[in-house]
Amino acid sequence: MSVQYRFGTTIAPITCHAWNKNKNQIAISPNNQEVHIYEKSGSEWKIIDNLSQHDLRVLGIDWAPNTNRIVTCSADRNAYVWNQDSNKKWKPTLVLLRINRAATCVKWSPDENKFAVGSGARLVSVCYFESENDWWVSKHIKKPLRSTVTTLDWHPNNSLLVVGSTDFKVRVFSAHIKDIEKNPEPTPWGSKTTLGTLLAEFSNSGGSSGGGWVQSVSFSPDGNKICWVAHDSTINVADASTGNATFKLRTEFLPFMSCTWITNNSIVAAGHSCIPVLFHHTENGLVYSAKLDTSQKKESGGLSAMKMFHSLDKQARSESSDTSIHSIHQNAITCICLYSGTKSNCMKFSTSGLDGLLVIWDINSLERAIQGLKII
Amino acid sequence: MSATLKPYLSAVRHTLTAAMCLEDFSSQRVERHNKPEVEVRSNKELLLTPVVISRNDKERVLIESSINSVRISISVKQADEIEKILCKKFMRFMMMRAENFIVLRRKPVDGYDISFLITNFHTEQMYKHKLVDFVINFMEEIDKEISEMKLAVNARARIVSEEFLKRF
Repeated sequence: MSVQYRFGTTIAPITCHAWNKNKNQIAISPNNQEVHIYEKSGSEWKIIDNLSQHDLRVLGIDWAPNTNRIVTCSADRNAYVWNQDSNKKWKPTLVLLRINRAATCVKWSPDENKFAVGSGARLVSVCYFESENDWWVSKHIKKPLRSTVTTLDWHPNNSLLVVGSTDFKVRVFSAHIKDIEKNPEPTPWGSKTTLGTLLAEFSNSGGSSGGGWVQSVSFSPDGNKICWVAHDSTINVADASTGNATFKLRTEFLPFMSCTWITNNSIVAAGHSCIPVLFHHTENGLVYSAKLDTSQKKESGGLSAMKMFHSLDKQARSESSDTSIHSIHQNAITCICLYSGTKSNCMKFSTSGLDGLLVIWDINSLERAIQGLKII
Repeated sequence: MSATLKPYLSAVRHTLTAAMCLEDFSSQRVERHNKPEVEVRSNKELLLTPVVISRNDKERVLIESSINSVRISISVKQADEIEKILCKKFMRFMMMRAENFIVLRRKPVDGYDISFLITNFHTEQMYKHKLVDFVINFMEEIDKEISEMKLAVNARARIVSEEFLKRF
């Protein structure tokens, strides 16, 4: 159902992770300025490279599967594109982001010819390779962002960008760069293609009912819908094909930190509740489907009285020191990545979190194991 | 546990569990800085609505939350002068050793006796549910501790006065 891995001997949180194309290598950041590349050999993960160029905490990693390049961004305001040289060592190239606050999130576009970096300077840098100068340059999307950009995602057509930020707003921008690519087909989001055009804006604060920082956004595989999760424990879907109709579902869980589509109608979200949760989007709205973590609390052996005396003997206190909680992840989940399949038919996905654990969830076997669970 | 203590503590526990959903957040005012937003209060969109939970007019808890930090201020029951002095001295003793308590703040928020500051770095190092347990446990123990000290002070005062009055 799910496989758990721990990297190295440390129990430091995993800030973010990214897989290569064959899924036998993973880039993770152990909550500091380094990025470690691990390779799977048998059932073990071996560290094969250590990308240490940043000097503050790395906040985002993305691995372009086809061109095999890694982009990392960090709180030191820089982003690097890493290329593998002939000795299989990773070499950095600095990106001219032109920002003066932390770079918070980064994502390659589907065609892998550009990437977008969100930052605390209230802007998004769309970066592309300028071959005449031989470096990565950026163009800015500034207006009308009012606060730190926390998350972004690319439309499958390679030219639209959805951006979530701490000013409680989700915005869809055109991120088309006319110097390097030709005009895209028009989408339900709009036909304007100038870089930085605001095509749609959704507010996550509904008047008196409060609101929250947008934590994660995702374009649906067909590109017509976006979903986002926010700090008010809601999950939301906006559909451009039905005139930007939005659906909001308030959940009983603690706020979600990450979300992704796994089919065109199903979303997985995970966060401070430490469990991944499945939601379905139908034409009537957004419905809760199931918790994907069904693990039970392990009863440690021995009678309770005996346990009490054990802990009195060992730690001089009567209550037992059972620190585990009823889930596989023991602390907040911060990152969900697709492991096999695409957003339209995901077979497996991986989650990592503050407990330093990486878990790979197999959707097919979960579907068989959990009663009433159906992926649509 | 008295009838009102239990609902009071359970309200604090649930509020803390919800308020302690913290994440890493670099300052958007000062470059390359990472400051607890609940303390610097530089951007109001990063702060959540503060919550006060009170059991009676003396005992209350203020929970102020933000994107990367939460501040918990506790006002302890002080029924008479002795309890006031004991509470003041006891809190002073602990706050002088704040770095040993890790999450303790060196100075309480105005109107409260003791404050804790929990940041995302603490929730990364420690289990969140155990941090909540710690605060609840602290609130349970502090009342007990102060009443015990008060009894001890009174008992000692009685012995001292008895010894003193024997001479007459």
